[in-house]
Amino acid sequence: MNVPALSLGAALPELFLALSALGLLLYGAIAGEGSYRRVAGLSIAALAAAAALLFSGAGPRSVGFSGLFVTDGFATFMKALVLLGAGLGLVLSLDHNRREDMERFEFPILVLFATIGMMLMISASDLMSLYLGLELQSLSLYVIAAFRRDSVKSTEAGLKYFVLGALSSGMLLYGASLVYGFVGSTGFEAIGKALAAAARPGEQVPLGILFGLVFVLAGLAFKVSAAPFHMWTPDVYEGAPTPVTAFFAIAPKVAATALLVRVLVEPFGPLAAQWQQIVWFVAVLSMAVGAFAAIWQTNLKRLMAYSSIGHVGYALVGVVAGGKAGIAAVALYLAIYLFMNVAVFAVILSMRVQGRSVERIEDLAGLSTTHPLMAAGLAASMFAMAGIPPLAGFFSKFYVFEAAVRSGFYVLAVVGVLTSVFGAFYYLRIVKIMYFDEVKEALDARVAPSLTGVLAIGSLFTLLFFVMPGPLVRAAHAAAASLFP
Amino acid sequence: MNASWPILSLVTFLPLVGAGLILFVRGDDETVARNARWVALWTTLATFLVSLALWTGFERGTAAFQFVEKAEWFPGTGIAYHMGVDGISVLFVLLSTFLMPICVLASWEAIEHRVKEYMIAFLVLETMMVGMFCALDTVLFYIFFEAVLIPMFLIIGVWGGARRVYSAFKFFLYTLAGSVLMLVALLYIYGDAGTTDITKLMGHGFGRQAQTWLWLAFFASFAVKVPMWPVHTWLPDAHVEAPTAGSVILAGVLLKMGAYGFLRFSLPMLPEASVAFTPLVYTLSIVAIVYTSLVALVQEDMKKLIAYSSVAHMGFVTLGIFTGTRQGIDGALFQMLSHGVVSGALFLCVGVVYDRLHTREIARYGGLVERMPRYAAVFMLFTMGSVGLPGTSGFVGEFLVLAGAFQSSTWAAAFAALGVILGAAYMLYLYRRVVFGKLERADLRDMLDLSRREVAIFLPLVAVVLWMGIQPKPVLDVFSASVDQLVARYQQAALEPGSRVASLAD
Repeated sequence: MNVPALSLGAALPELFLALSALGLLLYGAIAGEGSYRRVAGLSIAALAAAAALLFSGAGPRSVGFSGLFVTDGFATFMKALVLLGAGLGLVLSLDHNRREDMERFEFPILVLFATIGMMLMISASDLMSLYLGLELQSLSLYVIAAFRRDSVKSTEAGLKYFVLGALSSGMLLYGASLVYGFVGSTGFEAIGKALAAAARPGEQVPLGILFGLVFVLAGLAFKVSAAPFHMWTPDVYEGAPTPVTAFFAIAPKVAATALLVRVLVEPFGPLAAQWQQIVWFVAVLSMAVGAFAAIWQTNLKRLMAYSSIGHVGYALVGVVAGGKAGIAAVALYLAIYLFMNVAVFAVILSMRVQGRSVERIEDLAGLSTTHPLMAAGLAASMFAMAGIPPLAGFFSKFYVFEAAVRSGFYVLAVVGVLTSVFGAFYYLRIVKIMYFDEVKEALDARVAPSLTGVLAIGSLFTLLFFVMPGPLVRAAHAAAASLFP
Repeated sequence: MNASWPILSLVTFLPLVGAGLILFVRGDDETVARNARWVALWTTLATFLVSLALWTGFERGTAAFQFVEKAEWFPGTGIAYHMGVDGISVLFVLLSTFLMPICVLASWEAIEHRVKEYMIAFLVLETMMVGMFCALDTVLFYIFFEAVLIPMFLIIGVWGGARRVYSAFKFFLYTLAGSVLMLVALLYIYGDAGTTDITKLMGHGFGRQAQTWLWLAFFASFAVKVPMWPVHTWLPDAHVEAPTAGSVILAGVLLKMGAYGFLRFSLPMLPEASVAFTPLVYTLSIVAIVYTSLVALVQEDMKKLIAYSSVAHMGFVTLGIFTGTRQGIDGALFQMLSHGVVSGALFLCVGVVYDRLHTREIARYGGLVERMPRYAAVFMLFTMGSVGLPGTSGFVGEFLVLAGAFQSSTWAAAFAALGVILGAAYMLYLYRRVVFGKLERADLRDMLDLSRREVAIFLPLVAVVLWMGIQPKPVLDVFSASVDQLVARYQQAALEPGSRVASLAD
């Protein structure tokens, strides 16, 4: 840390994306309103190029920017997911934005900025860079949540998200300042060393650090929408324009969870005994809220909000279990979660009756007769989310529970599997509505090829993951191993 | 033995290939339906023929797993694609493949809408069932075990009767709730033994306390699946609402998965806990035998009556398994196979009259023998099979179970014998009300006797029931070595810790 090297190479994908976003912003400002499609297309290309840069630059762990920014296998894995999620999210938004008169070039650019923020979060190795990344991401997200500025629901969603998000950022910042005050550094490595000394047997961990830990955790739990900090999720998911909801459900979730993992493993690793209790509780509560509150929902986007809360709970089970196995399970969980989610949102975005978009669960009635393949894709995703083998969702749950049992968290595993049974009820309800109920109002037959494509990618992955699980499992294990040098 | 051919994989995944073919059937509704039926029939027949290689190639007199296949699956975890059969499982594979073409034929005319999806669901179901009986890896086993739920859920929910939605959900959630606890148990086993290989786990001694918890977790799953009293309530609902072929598979194969689980996991891996919990299983089995027989007596719905009789018959199976004696387990296995054929056939008998009159209410029938003599004869045979008349397959199983039970507990055997009498009562009562009596209603006069398709369905079933009843030895020979080994290990492990068994003797 004494050599203030800039090491730009490590942050090449981020720098590339930032420059692309700025360039596209200029281009959009000059070309005016009609430039949306080109900007969107170029943004997707920029994300793909960033992914290429990411993989070409992947190597062993290296710390740059005076200890602010770290790249390792874990970061590469998570960034790849974020880039994939952002890219698929943009593809999903194309058709919707065209129909709903949302073709403004700022949309893809805001997504790009949010993506840069997420990548920064994933690579943060200092409380300062962590906060910078988090805020860059959050501010972009607040704006796109309220992107349909003439809709009351959308602006309300944006405002709600902003107010509550600001509150959680405040908590995080407060926690970070407490930690800084007691440790004397904001660098993860220094905090880790100091805490390792403080947590030695016989030593007393200062109360201020524990307070700081709790506040940091609360702030991060808000960002991943874990219970009891989940209140904003259903409203924001329902109110935001659907492609924005799709994006929310995928990329920020991955980034925030990755950040949480890194913060807990690297600087706060020595305090595992302390944070495990908190995360244990948060995981149980999230799984329960996700399973029970979703039962009464009638709006699909709201349902997906509760479903995402539940899934975060399962991912946190892996965090509690900890160790290489636990973190690998989390990485795998997020990857599979991403694919299941894009498939579901592709279907939600395809739901239109005479051109008007609908989002109630009943609107899916009889889908299996009018759109057999779409229904099959959604059914596969639903069974997967419920965790029924041989679909991909089973394996993600399998790995987190395996890690939990291996680390001796039996109660957590039992609570987890039981809530997944209750959760299965509402996933099955969607299958029931599609397959057992009669058509009420048929959905439009024509579905944009972009949506069909994403649905095909998502559902084929979920369906066929079991055939060749090797590559992804291996990648997740390698990613987790890089966190434990 | 034919080691070069992966027969088990072939039998398991051939139906999936058929399902894939059906997926690409194109044309107008009528053509699609016809082609889907034929593809499904040929696929299931071909699968059955391939599976016959298991019967001919299976080496009797050894307890080892045969036709073993193994391939790496999840890197770095040891979880493998590991298939193989022993004497206990091989016959269930054959039972599944044997019943499947019959199910397709039984659905030929009864299913009119969404035939393509129906056949796909059935073929996927066959893959999952067969795979479950062949799996030699706990994770693989669990995947097949659970995956069965998806096609069955759709079969009940889409093609079922009036209360199909309720039944489908109940079926799914009940079984899922039981299974997830087994998943935790399997994860614990994986952590404790470091392997998911069932063949290795059989020799792994688990600690006493761990055994108790593991046994309970397995029990939660298998007891729901069997089903044992008091978690049997999903079964009558599911049976009544499922289409005929769905009921046949449900009764014929799916119920056996629970009992198979006891034989594959609970007894060999957790022998001490199994001994300790034997009184519990005995009690529940006897309640199931006596109580559900009484419930069956007062049923107004034919399918419901047979469903309750299934619970009672499965009570014999669980009783037999936990006697831990050779006769008891032999009998349980035989009873399972026999019940698979007989109760499947009885549901088909109900299906025959249901297709004609569209009601299952017993009171609506009567005097069918006058118009349907062939039907009456077939129905009679399977009624006798269910009652356990000597000469039919039902007798052998019940007799052996009772013989095994007497060795272990006189009281249990006495109550179970009572169940045999009650079984005769409700079956004969059903038969009298439906087939005998006066032919009074006008619509009953127009009923046609069995068609050629229906005769073709019943002939193999009749042949098997009589063959197993008159000449049980070829069947018993297949599993005798495996059962011997199981019993030997079980007795050894159970007796060593001390005299706990003695206190359970009655």
